[in-house]
Amino acid sequence: MATPRVWLLWRIGVFLAALAPLVFWGWQVAINAAGPEPGNYLLLNIGIGGLWMLLLTLSLTPLTKLTRWKGFALIRRQLGLWTLAYATLHMLSYALFILGLNWALLASELVKRPYIIVGMIALIGLAVLGATSNKWSMRRLGKRWKPLHKFSYVILGLVLLHFFWVVRADMQEWAMYAAIAALVMATRLPPVARTLPKLRHRLSRA
Amino acid sequence: MLIKIAKPSDLHESDVTPESIYLSRRRFMGGMAGLGAGLALSGHVRANEDYSDVPAGDAPTWLREKISDTQWRAITPSNPEKDKIAPFDDASGYNNFFEFGTDKRDPSRHAGSLETQPWSVVVDGEVNNGGRFSLEDFAKPSQFEERIYRLRCVEAWSMVIPWLGIPLAEVIRRADPTSKAKYVRFETLVDPEQMPGQRSSFSIIDWPYVEGLRLDEAMNPLTLLAMGMYGRELPNQNGAPLRLVVPWKYGFKSIKSIVRISLVEEQPVNSWQQIAANEYGFYANVNPQVDHPRWSQATERRLPNSLFNSNTIDTLMFNGYGDEVAELYAGMDLRKHY
Ligand code: HEM
Repeated sequence: MATPRVWLLWRIGVFLAALAPLVFWGWQVAINAAGPEPGNYLLLNIGIGGLWMLLLTLSLTPLTKLTRWKGFALIRRQLGLWTLAYATLHMLSYALFILGLNWALLASELVKRPYIIVGMIALIGLAVLGATSNKWSMRRLGKRWKPLHKFSYVILGLVLLHFFWVVRADMQEWAMYAAIAALVMATRLPPVARTLPKLRHRLSRA
Repeated sequence: MLIKIAKPSDLHESDVTPESIYLSRRRFMGGMAGLGAGLALSGHVRANEDYSDVPAGDAPTWLREKISDTQWRAITPSNPEKDKIAPFDDASGYNNFFEFGTDKRDPSRHAGSLETQPWSVVVDGEVNNGGRFSLEDFAKPSQFEERIYRLRCVEAWSMVIPWLGIPLAEVIRRADPTSKAKYVRFETLVDPEQMPGQRSSFSIIDWPYVEGLRLDEAMNPLTLLAMGMYGRELPNQNGAPLRLVVPWKYGFKSIKSIVRISLVEEQPVNSWQQIAANEYGFYANVNPQVDHPRWSQATERRLPNSLFNSNTIDTLMFNGYGDEVAELYAGMDLRKHY
C-alpha cells in the first residue's frame, strides 16, 4: 500500500504539473515567441487554464466514486486553490496588460460589461471557496460547508457564460468545454452518482 | 489625384521615389527581363531597402513586374515616429481571418496551402463593363502604389502596415457603373477544402464572408485594393491574392481573398452585421465615442507591445483620416450608424 511519502510525492507532482503551464507561457513571452501582444496571449491562455483547473477539480469526486482511489481526494483542495490562482492571474493580466493598470477604466469596465461582471462574480466566488478551504473553516461552518462549496457548480456555469459571451466566429471550442462541463455535472445527478460505484464493481470484475 | 485630397492633416504625398532611382530601377528590371524570368523571380526586384529582411514570396512574374513598377511611398503617415511600421512577422503572423481558424495565429498556420494562382475576379451587377477577369488582367491597367496605413481592428488593437495595390475607384470606373449602382458588395472565396474554418459545423459565419461599401466610400481615393505588402505579394494569411483596405474603418471591413465585386442598388448585409448587428454595423467607421458592447473604443493597443508597456494610445475619429473622409458622413448620426 502507498506510504505517506508516496502521497507526498503525488501531491508535489500535481503541484509541479499545475505550475508547468504558467512557467511555459512565461517562458514563451520571455523568448519573444508569444506574438506581438504578449499580454493578450497570457490573458487568454490563463483564462482557458483556469477553466481546465475548475473542470479537473470538479472531476475528482466522481473519479473517486468510480475508482475509490484515495489520491484524487488528496489533491482536491490543491486544485481548487490552483483554480483561484489562475483566475486571479487572468484578472490581473486584464488589469495590467489590457487596461494598462488604468484604475478608473478598470472600475468602470467592471460594472459596465456583463461578461466582466459575470467573470468577477465567478472570481469572488472562487476567492470565498479558497478562503474556506481549510480545516478551521470546515469545523466552523460544520454542516454548512458542503452546501457552500456546491457553489462551485454555479461558478462553472458563470465561467462558461463568461466564455460564451466572448466567442466571436465559431462555437466549436466553447462547445467542447461545455460538453465536458455537462459530463462532469451529470455525474452529480443522484441516479448517475449512485451508479458510479456500481460501475466500478462491474469494471473491476470484467 | 491624391495630392488634391491630401490635406496637411495626417497624410502627405511625400517621399515618392526620386525619379532617378525610379528610372534606374526600371532599367534594372529591363536587364533582368533580358536575363530571363528565372532571375527576375529571385526576389531582388523589391527595390526598397526597408524590406531587405522580409522573406521573398512566390509571386508570378507579372505580379513581380507590377510590384517593381510601384509608386513607392505614395501615402505615408505624417508622423512616422508615432506610426512605425509593424515588423513583417507580426503583420503576417497575428491577424483574424476566420476562414482559417479563430486564433490570431491560425491564419499563418493554416493559410499556407491556399491556392492563389490562377485567381479570377468577377465584376458584376449594375455595370456596363463586367465580366470575369484573371487577376493579371484585373490589375494590369493601374500602377501599383505603396500606401502606409494605420489598421485599427475592432478589437482595440492596431498596426501600421505598408500595402501595395491599386485604388478601388479605378476598378469601379473601368466597370462603368449604371445609374442604379449605389453600393459595392464584396465576397471572399468559399472553398471548405482549403479553408478549415469553413468546414466547421460550429461556425457562426454564414459563408461566404461578405462586405460592402457605399459607392462614394468605395470611390474615395484612400480606398485600396491591395495585392501586396512590405514590398512583396500578400502572404496568404493576409488575404492573398486580392483584398480591400479601408483605413478609416475597422479592420473587418477590409475583406480578404476577394473573388467577386458587385455593384448593387441595395445596401448589402455584411457578415458581422448579420451575426451581431448590435456589435458591428454596416459603416464600422473607427469612432472612439462609440464603444463595442464588450470594450471601450476610446483607446487602442498599438502592436507590437510588451508586458511592460501596453502601448495604449488614443483612438482617433476615422482612425485619423477625418480630413479625407469626414464629409462622406456629413449630417449622419454616427452613433446610430456605427
Ligand atoms: C474579474 C474577473 C475576470 C475578468 C476581468 C476577465 C476578463 C476576460 C477577458 C478580457 C477575456 C478576453 C475577452 C476577449 O477576448 O474578448 C476573458 C476570456 C476568458 N476568461 Fe475571463 N475574466 C474574469 C474571470 C474569469 C474566470 C474566473 C475564469 C475561469 C476560471 C475566466 C475564464 C476565461 C476564459 C475561458 C476566457 C476565454 C479565453 C479564450 O477565448 O481563449 N475568466 N476574460
